[in-house]
Amino acid sequence: MSTGNMNLTLKVWRQKNTKAKGGLVDYKLSEISPDMSFLEMFDVLNEQLISKGDEPVVFDHDCREGICGACSMYIDGRPHGPKDRVTTCQLHMRSFKDGDTIVVEPWRAKAFPVIKDLTVDRSAFDRVIAAGGFISVNTGNAQDANNLPIPKVQADSAFEAAACIGCGACVATCKNASAMLFVSAKISQLAQLPQGQPERYRRVQSMVAQMDAEGFGNCTNTGACEAECPKGISLENIARMNRDFYSAKFVSEEDI
Amino acid sequence: MAELNAHIPEGELTEKWTKLRSSMPLVNPANKRSIEVIVVGSGLAGASAAASLAEMGYKVKCFCFQDSPRRAHSIAAQGGINAAKNYQNDGDSTYRLFYDTIKGGDYRAREANVHRLAEVSGNIIDQCVAQGVPLAREYGGLLDNRSFGGTQVQRTFYAAGQTGQQLLLGAYSALERQIGMGKVEMFTRHEMLEVVVVDGKARGIIARNLLTGELERHSGHAVLLCSGGYGNVFYLSTNAMGSNVTAAWKAHKKGAFFGNPCYTQIHPTCIPVSGDHQSKLTLMSESLRNDGRIWVPKKKDDPRKASEIPEDERDYYLERRYPAFGNLVPRDVASRAAKERCDAGYGVGSSKLAVYLDFKANTERYGRIEASVQNIHNPDKETCMRLGREVIKEKYGNLFDMYAQITGEDPYELPMRIYPAVHYTMGGLWVDYNLMTTVPGLYALGEANFSDHGANRLGASALMQGLADGYFVIPYTIGAYLSKELATKPIPQDHPAFVEAEASAKGIIDKFFAIKGTKTVDHFHKKLGKIMWEKCGMARNAKGLTEAIAEIQELRKEFWSDVRVPGEANEFNPELEKAGRVADFIELGELMCIDALNRNESCGGHFREEYQTEEGEAMRDDVNYAYVAAWEYKEGVKFELHKEELKFENIKIAQRSYK
Repeated sequence: MSTGNMNLTLKVWRQKNTKAKGGLVDYKLSEISPDMSFLEMFDVLNEQLISKGDEPVVFDHDCREGICGACSMYIDGRPHGPKDRVTTCQLHMRSFKDGDTIVVEPWRAKAFPVIKDLTVDRSAFDRVIAAGGFISVNTGNAQDANNLPIPKVQADSAFEAAACIGCGACVATCKNASAMLFVSAKISQLAQLPQGQPERYRRVQSMVAQMDAEGFGNCTNTGACEAECPKGISLENIARMNRDFYSAKFVSEEDI
Repeated sequence: MAELNAHIPEGELTEKWTKLRSSMPLVNPANKRSIEVIVVGSGLAGASAAASLAEMGYKVKCFCFQDSPRRAHSIAAQGGINAAKNYQNDGDSTYRLFYDTIKGGDYRAREANVHRLAEVSGNIIDQCVAQGVPLAREYGGLLDNRSFGGTQVQRTFYAAGQTGQQLLLGAYSALERQIGMGKVEMFTRHEMLEVVVVDGKARGIIARNLLTGELERHSGHAVLLCSGGYGNVFYLSTNAMGSNVTAAWKAHKKGAFFGNPCYTQIHPTCIPVSGDHQSKLTLMSESLRNDGRIWVPKKKDDPRKASEIPEDERDYYLERRYPAFGNLVPRDVASRAAKERCDAGYGVGSSKLAVYLDFKANTERYGRIEASVQNIHNPDKETCMRLGREVIKEKYGNLFDMYAQITGEDPYELPMRIYPAVHYTMGGLWVDYNLMTTVPGLYALGEANFSDHGANRLGASALMQGLADGYFVIPYTIGAYLSKELATKPIPQDHPAFVEAEASAKGIIDKFFAIKGTKTVDHFHKKLGKIMWEKCGMARNAKGLTEAIAEIQELRKEFWSDVRVPGEANEFNPELEKAGRVADFIELGELMCIDALNRNESCGGHFREEYQTEEGEAMRDDVNYAYVAAWEYKEGVKFELHKEELKFENIKIAQRSYK
């Protein structure tokens, strides 16, 4: 089946369910091609496990082109593995060497409980968005799109914040399991656009409150989130969020 | 047997939608609160429909198999979304978008539906911008546009190479807002396994909670399937790993006709297959054809590197064959042309199944413009390339990065190697003008239906259709049905139809575990994909299709006697999910081949080798095949053909020409 000549040892976190105790299990793989993606290497492992009558490793994945944000492996101590600015599905085996031992764990955070093996529950992110990560405009309410010119620099900056894929690498890598990069990216996107102004201060308060309620930690400015973010979301967003949060608390008439 | 009536409103083409919308029966706000609507799928169509219906006051339940609605595969759409705004003052109009779409679909789409799509296209852009979707802008602060295949105007709105992501996140945020307000109940990691039909009407679904394995009964006054396309029948496609036909197929088996299953879009610009381990194919957006020129060496089996081949020894075959549209011909035409060159021995790369997509010329051109902006006079070539590279990076940076990741080559230095791959399915559940299937109360939206793209979809039209259906069509058309359902009480979930549907879903799961075979699900999926790609792919013929049907029937038997599904039913078990999906793909694959064999003509993405012009272009048969093939499922995986004649009253039907 395989076409390459790499031999690898994997140490993979196996955990039956949320309550069960998990542990690392060793697997040997041979004939791995350097052109395979990391997840395709896991496909090979799973085919072998199923053929032997064992249970395959469960992991989240879907688009396999780096945009859906589903894949989420903690590889050799780094979310999404050794390369910068890529998701696990876009990591290829040419980034490893023949004979390597690779340790693969799930995201670790109180707000992201393990569901099974390498799969975690990231629904906390959805609840943070539901708390305020939107502009309240019902279908049919909109004016002509070009009635509201937005300076390119501002639009581009909003776009950069909007590029977040919601994978949770920022939380996984943070020693405090803080979700501030994720939350601030959405706040910052909308705060930089004129459409986002009416709810600006309400939004930041609601989203931060939900973020706290979910059990994410606080930010202590180590910057690991920015370094590990596959989409390069900037720490500036956190600064922007904090500024808006303080403004909201001190200035805004709407205290939430 | 259900009647095949498209319910196209009377009157002039340009008036049909406006008139219908103004005379559509309404449901008053107080009544909406007691009407439940089930939405299956949370991509562009599903999320926009669920959010819009909830805003209107309906009680909505939305289901997706992913861990979050934001991960639906609409997120991966790269290039853009069309709208007839005419912001570029290049003569665009509703009629022109309508015309381009009908022509692009090779005259196999319904005029009335396509015109409506063009009419609402502008509203979509307005809505998305109001939601804070950061579409690309010019320095004046207004929205930017680019060109896509099959058109000669610039009507495509975009957000770098992440347009689908930004539009989906817009719809997702609207959906999450409704979830937060308690107006939509969201069920993530749930898969629909059955439609429940009570007294001939869709009244609910059976969904499997993928984490616990529990089969759940959900009732509603109407069911909307927004579950996407079925490209994964080919195993290798640009679809997400989880994209599947199961929801649509189960509906098909409950009486919903399947329209034009053989119409498959093979996208011309994808990263070529690198080996047997490959699990999916990655698209390089069609927008790249704006600035990239496609070529192969003029010499057969040329062993030289791209950079060593001089300009006059390169064959820019699209520009040569189609001077009017050049690199911007529609996808079906571009894909076939690439296959033709590779089959003739001019392919490049180690597999020889690839052509070059080269950005050098335009990089230099952009660099020259940028130099002039920066007041650099008489810039040398190196300066131009350096400055141009920045421009290209801004336009397509994420795509170039992705290409470099996957292939290990730098596309800023070397031309990309590309080859066609399965990307989109124009076929889908047959729906009438109101988007209702042949089962009353069961609707299909977005890629899951067959309606707007005919035999070939133009680039940047999928996002447009998904959002049109969800934001601007279903909120109105569903009223016509629901206004008659006011007296219907909440459907009791112990109704025999629910019991039976649940038993059927459970029966299939139990059967999987009982087989205890020797081969993995993927083994069968790959085999199916190979049959489909070779015999029902870019080019088809009667002999191959006949063989394919027999081979798929054989494969189905083998699957049901030798598949191995590990683990248990009452736990999180992705292999079990895959088994269910592949079982449905196998049945669908057979129907696709039957449909392709029935259609004795070439049109759009359906190319029958027996029916081509001397120049190798698709040859339609408008006398005998200007119809939608709507297939009815019969017991024992049998299918019966029904025809919906296509009437062209506003467009003169003609041989498609892009020369």
